[in-house]
Amino acid sequence: MPHRTFLWFILPSLAAMILFIFFPIISVVIQSLYVEHEQVVITSENCGPFGCQTETTVDLEATQELRDAQPLGRFNGLGTYVNRGHLATQELATAWAESESLGAFWGQVMNLPFYRALAFTLTYTFVCTPLVLGLGLAIALGVNGLPRVFRGPTIFFSLLPMIVTPLIGSLILFWMIDAEGIIGKSLQVLLDDPELSLKASPTLTWITLIIYGVWSSAPFAFVIFYAGLQTVPGETLEAAMIDGASRWERIRYVVIPHLAPLAVFVTLIQLMDNFKVFEPIVGFSAEASAQSLSWIIYNDLRGDTQRFGSAAATSMLTIIGVAILLSPVLIRTWRDFNRKRV
Amino acid sequence: MTSRMLANECKLRRFDLACLRPRGRVTCGSGHKQIAPLPGVRGQQGDMGTMMTLRLGALSTAFAALAATTAIASCPIESGSIRVLSNEFGALRAVNAAAADCAGEGVEVVLNQTTEHRDLQVAALTPNPAEYTSAVVANSSIVPLMNEGLIRPLDDLIAEYAPDLPKLNQVSVGGNVMAIAFMANAQHLYVRTDILEQVGKEIPTTYEEVLDVLAAIEEAGIMEHPFAMNTKTGWNLGEEFINMYLGHGGEFFKPGTAEVAINNETGLKTLEMLAALNAYANPDFLTFDSNATQALWESGELAVAYMWGSRGGGMLDDEGSTPEVVNNTKLVAAPTVDGGSLPASTLWWDGFTIAKNISDKDAAATFQAMVHGIGPATVEANQSEAVWLSSAYQPGPQAEGVSATAQAGAKPYPMLPYMGLLHTALGNELSAFLQGQESAEQALADVEAAYTEAAREQGFLQ
Repeated sequence: MPHRTFLWFILPSLAAMILFIFFPIISVVIQSLYVEHEQVVITSENCGPFGCQTETTVDLEATQELRDAQPLGRFNGLGTYVNRGHLATQELATAWAESESLGAFWGQVMNLPFYRALAFTLTYTFVCTPLVLGLGLAIALGVNGLPRVFRGPTIFFSLLPMIVTPLIGSLILFWMIDAEGIIGKSLQVLLDDPELSLKASPTLTWITLIIYGVWSSAPFAFVIFYAGLQTVPGETLEAAMIDGASRWERIRYVVIPHLAPLAVFVTLIQLMDNFKVFEPIVGFSAEASAQSLSWIIYNDLRGDTQRFGSAAATSMLTIIGVAILLSPVLIRTWRDFNRKRV
Repeated sequence: MTSRMLANECKLRRFDLACLRPRGRVTCGSGHKQIAPLPGVRGQQGDMGTMMTLRLGALSTAFAALAATTAIASCPIESGSIRVLSNEFGALRAVNAAAADCAGEGVEVVLNQTTEHRDLQVAALTPNPAEYTSAVVANSSIVPLMNEGLIRPLDDLIAEYAPDLPKLNQVSVGGNVMAIAFMANAQHLYVRTDILEQVGKEIPTTYEEVLDVLAAIEEAGIMEHPFAMNTKTGWNLGEEFINMYLGHGGEFFKPGTAEVAINNETGLKTLEMLAALNAYANPDFLTFDSNATQALWESGELAVAYMWGSRGGGMLDDEGSTPEVVNNTKLVAAPTVDGGSLPASTLWWDGFTIAKNISDKDAAATFQAMVHGIGPATVEANQSEAVWLSSAYQPGPQAEGVSATAQAGAKPYPMLPYMGLLHTALGNELSAFLQGQESAEQALADVEAAYTEAAREQGFLQ
């Protein structure tokens, strides 16, 4: 396709991307560099059904003047990025200087909200992604081996976890793993531990979230791989069979190499999706034990006071994180592409 | 006493009978259940130095003694627009529905009832004209609206359409009425009298007694996890700290500043008590919100719980539980703690505000409709839905906990511009301590650091 045609072809989508993705990201970058104005507070006598209290309120006129003078707020540079809620450079330096052992230092790092969230986010991403790939491939091979009549219904049921809205799916599981729920109670009986609670310990919560993540994402990998399986060349498989290859050998040496490009695609999407893990944390009320970067952004923007600067900084760090995660895969794809062109 | 003098005096007193009477009339609220005041709470010295007297024998009487006023607000309203944003629960549904009934033909009515109202309100009231003409708020959620100057003073509207509105219902900030409060709420104890009898204990009035009762229940093998409070990480957990800290007589900020002052001995004691109590709670307690604790209570698995008064109606009705639980459920005041005299709880009101960025016509229409919405007809038809701040309210058993807590002198939740930031920091940073993963000192230091950073970003601290 000539470059000119290609440009016209993608123009509508490019325009939409610039308008709805590129510009908002620029806006987020700018917001992350600013913090709110200094607030002018005055003492006031506040009365209500429960009596009067001397409290403070924001002096609207004085604050408005500051706002008119600087509509964006106070310029803070990268200050928000390095404060305690984000990269916490100063806190890290202090912890490094004061900690006597590596373990103590690690404990201090895990006490900082950003690193605590990063630890969970990375664990979730790197455990979920390979499991989703493996499980998706296994389901696809299994379904592909079924007699034709059963395939339709099986595909439908295998897709269910992805069809269910993530929040609803996690809420249903949340109730099932409750100490009074069917899974929670069964585990207590099976393991003979009446105190066992999947929601109480951080480790078990992490495991629960990861299992949920695999359960809900596996159908995505399955559908892609199943589609790929339909294109595996029959001649090659027959040739392998004639050469005496077992079923496992056929999968290992024929099917998997054929599906490899698809696996790269699924890996890319899964890395991105899992790095942005959010719904299960809310659905499972897991905030006490597991926080992710997306959850921190959500938490900043919720409630009585919204912290746009802080949320913007975490958003930028998340984007950088995704870019770092994807770079090995992208570099490889780029190399392959160049090699093929030559 | 002229009514002006009366009004002035009322500013200084809380729950003063004289302030609750309709002007020029004396109504007696007898015939309702009297709740004996706790000893030692009369004439409390308020922390701000204002003498706050508690002349009133019983708050429930006070509710009934409220002015039996009929506001001049006239229904149906002929013109204008009524667009209300509110939280989502039974009492507010009733108020909003009654307000909508007040709209005449051709008057636009929009009701958005959602638990996410706090996240919408600032953005929704900022444009001109605002998306909603009224936001229904509580002590905490009115603050962001005031910080941004998005709600209007109601004094003129009151003078014109509701001159008889009792002082009790008017929430004033620096002399201007900014909201009309119509219901009260607080967290307090729920106890199972049958279980207390089994272990031979009285109804606890201090948290030390609560621990004693819980130990006895566990020892007797009656229940595994007899206690619960709303300790879900986030807003709920932050609220429990705030209540317990006030019970210990703590101050949240250094006087006159936005500098946080919870990292001290009082803070440590507060955390120790929360940990001691939750040792008797189900290990899942960090996921407990009001829905979870109500379900646990109704299933009969709890003997003592610290929950919102607004849940009382639901727990005492004949749905979702057994007669054994319902008949033995009693709502009592929030306990005191550590020898303090104030109950470890905060008082809350729910009320309506009128947006600033709307036409005066819409403001008048909405004000009249909302005054009608909180009127006697709504209250009479929904007695068990809330502790109404209305003369038409007949306090039932579901109001006893809130009444007793208010009467014992609990403080209102602070209406400070930076309180929300502290609340969020508390909600996020305390769970590691309650899970036993870090020390109380570390938890308080974390709260302090998280709050200070947020307050700097928001411009409250330098």
